[in-house]
Amino acid sequence: MSNGRFGIHGGQYIPETLMNAVIELEDAYNHFKDDPQFQAELHELFTNYANRPSNLYYAEKMTKDLGGAKIYLKREDLNHTGAHKINNALGQALLAKKMGKTRLIAETGAGQHGVATATVAAYMGMECDVYMGKLDMERQALNVFRMRLMGARVHGVETGTATLKDAVSECMREWTNRIADTHYLLGSCMGPHPFPTIVRDFQAVISQEMKQQILEAEGRLPDVVMACVGGGSNAIGSFYHFIDDKDVKLIGCEAAGRGIDTWETAATINTGSLGIFHGMKSYFCQDEYGQIAPVYSISAGLDYPGVGPEHAWLHDIGRAEYVGVTDEEAVCAFEYLSRTEGIIPAIESAHAVAHALKIAPTMGKDQIIVITLSGRGDKDCAAMARYRGEELYDD
Amino acid sequence: MIKIADAFQNGKAFIPFITCGDPDLETTRKLVCAMVENGADLIELGIPFSDPTAEGPVIQGANLRALSNGCTTDDIFALAKTLRQEDGLTVPMVFMTYANVVYHYGTEKFCARAAEAGMQGLILPDVPFEEKGDFAPACRKYGLELVSLIAPTSQHRIKTIAADAEGFVYCVSSLGVTGVRSQITTDVAAMVRLVKEGKDIPACIGFGISNPETARKMAQSADGVIVGSAIVRLIGQYGRDAVEPVSRFVKEMKDAIRDL
Repeated sequence: MSNGRFGIHGGQYIPETLMNAVIELEDAYNHFKDDPQFQAELHELFTNYANRPSNLYYAEKMTKDLGGAKIYLKREDLNHTGAHKINNALGQALLAKKMGKTRLIAETGAGQHGVATATVAAYMGMECDVYMGKLDMERQALNVFRMRLMGARVHGVETGTATLKDAVSECMREWTNRIADTHYLLGSCMGPHPFPTIVRDFQAVISQEMKQQILEAEGRLPDVVMACVGGGSNAIGSFYHFIDDKDVKLIGCEAAGRGIDTWETAATINTGSLGIFHGMKSYFCQDEYGQIAPVYSISAGLDYPGVGPEHAWLHDIGRAEYVGVTDEEAVCAFEYLSRTEGIIPAIESAHAVAHALKIAPTMGKDQIIVITLSGRGDKDCAAMARYRGEELYDD
Repeated sequence: MIKIADAFQNGKAFIPFITCGDPDLETTRKLVCAMVENGADLIELGIPFSDPTAEGPVIQGANLRALSNGCTTDDIFALAKTLRQEDGLTVPMVFMTYANVVYHYGTEKFCARAAEAGMQGLILPDVPFEEKGDFAPACRKYGLELVSLIAPTSQHRIKTIAADAEGFVYCVSSLGVTGVRSQITTDVAAMVRLVKEGKDIPACIGFGISNPETARKMAQSADGVIVGSAIVRLIGQYGRDAVEPVSRFVKEMKDAIRDL
């Protein structure tokens, strides 16, 4: 079996045209990941540009209000650009630069990864093209403006469902078209090997810091670490350094859309089946003939019919649990955290908050939950208002 | 017994691709028969996929039309059987589709049904050499040849891929996805030479060939040419009335390479 497997998942199911590009990427990554100078440069970028380490915030009011487990929030929303996506974007862009690439291309759903990529491209003086579903461009107009402001070209993708999966497909097509000077800065822990590993490693800074911070604050590891899962990059980053700590329960919160018993869902592990798509073997929402399903979630960032191969494996071996959270639950959590803690979470992250609202009251006061707040919610305000029947702007 | 090798017994091979079920399966059936009548040496039957990542806009559109019309993999097995048994076609035929269509159907079951329907091979553009292991054993078991692809970026991989190839080697002429191109800049002759160094196997050029001039130029250094988008575009334009224009196009293309 080929490289880059997590159990049976992963692999490199891509056109031959791209094979040498991913092999070159893997070689470069294997070289630089252990290179002290590369790590020092990345650390410098994390510290002075991205504002790391991100806070581990004790959500006291939420804890008291729920009356159960003690709740901490890992504040990835406080990073530069407002989401965890900057961690991976900086890492990959630095790698691409070392490889002599001068142009970055990226897919984006909610726009957070596109903004992170446009940001690092501006910072490092690289050319940047971002592919985004037309529907998502409408849902996330502010992020489209931010990307363009930083000099990126944003291409609307109208094929298929005009959302994240189509943006990924279009990026893969564009990469086959122009490889020599271009790095595909994939935004989640998915796609062909070595992307799931590279993205995981650059996002693992989340759990590395989290572990140290919780030990300092509480003198022990948390009982639960939870995060939202679309492709799963903030979740795998949050889980990674706890995988060997068997007493730490890992929970991934998938977007159930209108419910996992409906067709309008994006909860891949809860409703999907084994398949091969976008370069990897993993779980996908699909029909009996293997046609990829048009998934749905209120959250553009979780609106993806697959999941990263390492999550599929963590599910298979029972190490992590994956639960579905509906639109309505996520919107309520979005409002709850804003009201209770004065923190407006991204609607993606609100899926994790929503599940905490369910389980925290059932846990003891001596127990600890850490929720990764993957991003901030400013970008979602217009859509949340619309969900509640209010129009903020005249379109 | 029909073999892929039969396609190369009649001079340079002309290999058309069409997406099954676009606009409907009855039209696909008529088109395949007409293409064979007009000189096609091997037929590539595309099984539509919802997200064809190696295709340009023309074939993407065909996939979408076929799927919106409810065309399924089982319907296409039935079509292949009809072409063999009722229409009596004896040219080799291969399926071209994406890994998930085969894998999710059940690779073993898919290969068994494809062979039973009278198919000779399978092309999966998102399965490179390294991942053949998922599909090659079942193909071998049911006598289907799994066609390997090489690309302008393959370089030192070409000989390794060719050495292990079956049927023919599909040489991707250009970077990018499928689609009509105004010119092909890759040194395809060099690609073909490397293939032959790896194995004595037919090498066919595809991607971007849309007119008799390019076909002739490509066929000078290869054993055959593969044409997809140019035909699918005609089908998109003429729909159920595409039989006549497609027949004319196929004849022109085959005539352009016949004497080489």
